[in-house]
This record gives sequence, structure tokens and C-alpha cells, in this order.
Amino acid sequence: MIEQVSDPLPQAGYAKVVLELDVNNHPGVMSHICNLFARRAFNVEGILCMPVSDGTRSRIWLLVFDDQRLEQMVRQLEKLEDVLNVRRHGAEHEVFERLEGFFH
Amino acid sequence: MMQMTGAQLMVRLLERQGVRTVAGIPGGAILPFYDALSGSEHIHHVLARHEQGAGFIAQGMARVSGAPQVCIASSGPGATNLVTAIADACLDSIPMVVITGQVPQAMIGTDAFQEVDIYGITVPITKHNFLVRSAQELLEVVPEAFRIAMSGRPGPVLIDVPKDVQNQLVTVAEFPAPAVADPAPQLDLEAVELAAKMINEAERPVLYLGGGVVASGAAPLAVQLAEQAGLPTTMTLMALGAMPMDHPLSIGMLGMHGARYTNFVLEEADVLVCVGARFDDRAIGRAAQFCPNARIVHIDIDRSELHKIKNAHVAIHANVKCALEALLPRLQATLRKRWLSHVDSLKMRFPMQFPGQDDPRTHYGLVHAVAAALDDRAIVATDVGQHQMWVAQAYPFRRARQWLTSGGLGTMGFGLPTAIGAALAEPDRTVICFTGDGSFKMNIQELATLAEEGLNVKIVLMNNNALGLVYQQQTLFYGQRLFASKYRTEPDFVKIAEGFGVPAVDLDLADNPRAALAEALHRPGPCLIHATIDREQFVYPMVPPGAANTEMIGG
Repeated sequence: MIEQVSDPLPQAGYAKVVLELDVNNHPGVMSHICNLFARRAFNVEGILCMPVSDGTRSRIWLLVFDDQRLEQMVRQLEKLEDVLNVRRHGAEHEVFERLEGFFH
Repeated sequence: MMQMTGAQLMVRLLERQGVRTVAGIPGGAILPFYDALSGSEHIHHVLARHEQGAGFIAQGMARVSGAPQVCIASSGPGATNLVTAIADACLDSIPMVVITGQVPQAMIGTDAFQEVDIYGITVPITKHNFLVRSAQELLEVVPEAFRIAMSGRPGPVLIDVPKDVQNQLVTVAEFPAPAVADPAPQLDLEAVELAAKMINEAERPVLYLGGGVVASGAAPLAVQLAEQAGLPTTMTLMALGAMPMDHPLSIGMLGMHGARYTNFVLEEADVLVCVGARFDDRAIGRAAQFCPNARIVHIDIDRSELHKIKNAHVAIHANVKCALEALLPRLQATLRKRWLSHVDSLKMRFPMQFPGQDDPRTHYGLVHAVAAALDDRAIVATDVGQHQMWVAQAYPFRRARQWLTSGGLGTMGFGLPTAIGAALAEPDRTVICFTGDGSFKMNIQELATLAEEGLNVKIVLMNNNALGLVYQQQTLFYGQRLFASKYRTEPDFVKIAEGFGVPAVDLDLADNPRAALAEALHRPGPCLIHATIDREQFVYPMVPPGAANTEMIGG
């Protein structure tokens, strides 16, 4: 008997959601977050990051699919030391929409 | 106001944190730290022979003490050699602070000699990691690393310190307070009520204990819970010892190499109370078919473990100890005669079998003979493979932190350095390291460390001159196409041990192996005990990888 290998979960067809993260701003924060998504085989469709206020914090916007693993991903994100909080928005949030012009 | 170098500051902060023994290997980029460490009157440095050994020595100390322990390496290969020990600590939730030297900041990113991005490499295998950019930052980073390592679900934290930061002068007005663990999360009493109701109303409940019970020091409470509510209790590999193996309510270890009756009892459960465990695939088999009729209560300190593999009907995000303290007064004292007598009948019909247990020249017999020669004060470490499973099945563990094994990562080479760490932390105890010939060779150089420290570590080497578990799987699941699982030459382990300065006994040559074993175990100091075992003996029962737990073969 061969070990089961789970099929990659199809994400197309799921609604998209926007995650808004407040994080500490230092080199390495982005790698912690991107690495988390990559190693848990969860696709990030879009990512946007800018420092806020005095530069000690950043805000990160992630565009992801709302599949059954999203709750798990949010909980994993919340465990990261540099992630201060995570807010969830529906796909109607305009942060990525307003950027569309730069990509078409 | 005190002025000191970053390296001196690190040493002071470690001392203030209560660190008394560290393991490591020096090299170029960590030499300023080692220079400062040489002046410490409080910290004993154990010189490992490979950085992975240093990592597991720290793990051994952490696994028996529960407190975060420190290992140290230089940049580049020193740091990458630690990676396996860090990943192992991460998967088994062992608190550890790893300090690595790094090339000077001005050279970072230039592919300098012995430069490697250990910060980037360890992102997925640490709870958190730091690349320190100034000596001033150390005042915050070092206590923070300890706080993170010991708070919530414990784990490893890495601090990468460039050489110029170690040499930089810093003025310190006041040392930060030593780190303490964060307070436990607020307990959801409503969920506790619900869990109590579910257990009180259950007809066939089972208690499922994991490593979190050991980590939170809740083993006595877990036993009390089982006794009060009449719960048959199974333990994961990580939780062995939380309830004494011979306790009437213990149904032993579950999962891939658990007894048949254990997995059958779980199959019938109507309520499963999972405490500090994470539904690992080796424990539960095919998830959809695990405890198919049970409603689940899941208590865990890590919120992301709740609902991860199995949806819990009641999920309690809590320190296990706090949750059990709140749960106990809400549970009715129950004898649960019918269910427990049914459990007993399953145990009679499908018991764990130990063929050859009276003959110390067999694998089970050897484990039994070692146990018979020792008391519960002994600590038992293992490597990874068949011997590990045989010990897990057969050794009569009776207390938490008695048993040290690589559960999540399954690292061959874990045993010897971890046993050394355990003996450093608890020098008055006898530490047994059960190992196999495959695993032993993976960190065999630590025999030198063992000889140097003169610790009370007894290595029991079960030698079948093969990668036994691979040999077993190829035999059972790959059409007996045996490939790369048998060694074609056999080293003389007795000579090797003696060459390193560790006395050795060969049970193969002993007229009375039981007496020779007992004598070797009771002689103070290190010793290698060599015993050849039969390569055709497999670990049974076995759940084929990917199968349901009830589809066991053998045993």
C-alpha cells in the first residue's frame, strides 16, 4: 500500500476575501507571512504592503480564496509574533480593485 | 551605567535567565560570544562534536526540565547543522533558544565565507526568529526569545547575531527582567460546562492524552480526571508516562503501532476527550475513519490545532492544566462498569502481544530486562525506528518526562545526544538510550562528548545491521523488493565505543545476558550495551500508512 497523497485542493470557484494585517515593520516580516502561506499550500492571489504612521508598523493586504482552510490560515497567521491583528473583508473591498489599473 | 560588548551582554542575559548548561561548537563568527562565555562563572559549556548533537543535547535538557535550553553554533555550516534539531523541537513543541553567529553586517548578502541565511532557513521551523542588528537590541531580543519559547505552546526560537554586533560596545543602564511565560489564555467556562455535560452523559467515553499534558505539567490531573469519570485512557507517543502504563484505566498507546484493542476501543467511543494532542496521522490513521461515532471535546493551548484535522463539538482553547482544574469539579464520579468491562473484554481478546518477552536476546525481552533492572527514576530516550516502537509498546512508563523520543519529526540520531542532555539536567538519574544500529551511526560522534562529561548514560544498541523499519515496509508493502535497507558491512560497535573511551558490553557473548545487562546498567558512568537482534522481527501490529486504524496487520 502506498501512502495517500492528498490532491491539491481546487481553489477556483471559491469566493475571494481580503485579509488586512497589522504587522511590525522590520525586514523579515514579509518572509514570515509568505512562507506561512507557501508551506501550508495555500495560494495568495494578491499581496500589498506599505509602512504606516511612524514606520514601526506596516499594513499588509492579502487577496485569498475563501475555501474551507481559510479559518486555519487565519489562526496560523495570528500565531506569528509579528502579526498584531488580522481583519477579514469581503471581496467587495476595493483595495485590490483600485490597483487593477496598474495590471491591465 | 555599565559598558560591555554585545557578547558579554548576551552571556549576562543568559545567566540572569537561569541558564546553567549550554551545548555548542565554536567557530569564526561566534568567537566573540565564546570569549565572553569563557568568563562566565555560572554557565557550563558542553562541547558537542557536531552541531546537531548540540541541538539535541539542549533538547534533552529541555525535555526533562520543561524549561527552555540553549544551544550555540557558528555561522554557515554550524548553523545549518542545527536545522534538524530545531525542526525536531518545533514539531514536538520543545522550548529551546538557539544562538548562531553570523558574518558581520557589512558582509551580509555578499556570499561571504560561511555566510548562510539561517534566519530565512529557519522561518518555517521556529516559533519565531531574530536577526539582531545592534547590541542594544539584545536587551529586548534575548528575554523576548525565552518568553516566546516558553509561552503558550512551547517551541524553538533562533537568535542570529552578526559578529560585529557581538563586538559592539553597548551601555546598559539596567538589565531587563528575566523572561517569564505569558499568562494562560482566559478559560471559556461555558465550553468547560458543555464538555463536562458531554462527558457526564457519555456511555462510551475515551480520554486521549497528548504531549500537551506533559508540557503543562498536568499528568496527575489527567489521571485524576480518568479515575473520577471512569475514562479508559489512551496516550500518544508523546504522552507516554502521563498515566502509568499499568494503571487499570490505561489502554496504552494508540495509532500505527498501538495494540489492537486500543484502536478497537477508540472505534467504539461515543465521546472522545482529546487533551493536548493534535490528531497526528500516525496516531489516528485515516482521519475520516477515526472514532467515527464519537463527539469530540478538544482542549489545546494552540488555537490553530482546534478543528484542524477533526472538527471538535466542544473546543477549549486553554492551558491543559487550567482546563482540567476547571473540568474536574464539574464531572460526576462514575464507575462506568458496563463500558469498562467491555473495554477489558476487548483487551482480553485483542491484547498487546510480546513474543519472546522472557528471553533477553529478543527485542521485547531486552526491553523488559532493562525495565526490570531499573526503577521509575530512570529516564528513557530512544532513537527512531523499530526499537523506538518496541520500547514505546513494552516499557512500563510510569511518570511524565520519563520518556524522551522524537515524535513529530522522527529524527534518527536523536537518542544519544538527547540522553546526554537528560543526564546533564538530571545527573542523579540513570539515563537509558535505546537505539538501533542505523540511528546510532547518525550521531555516533557524541560518544566523545559522553566520555568527556562522564555521564550516567547507558546506550542499549539493538543491532540488526539494517534500517529495520524500511526493511519492514519493503517486506510488507513493496513486494519484498529489499533495496538500500540492509548494510553490507557491519562495524564493531564495541570497539568503536571503547575507541571513544566509553566502556562496552556485548550481550551476544555473555553466558548470562540478563546478569551482564544488570551489571552494566548499575555500574556508574557511561556504557554501551550491544545486543544483536533478529532482522526478521517486525513491529506489530501495524496500520499500513494511509489506512484506517482498525485495518491493522499482525499482532
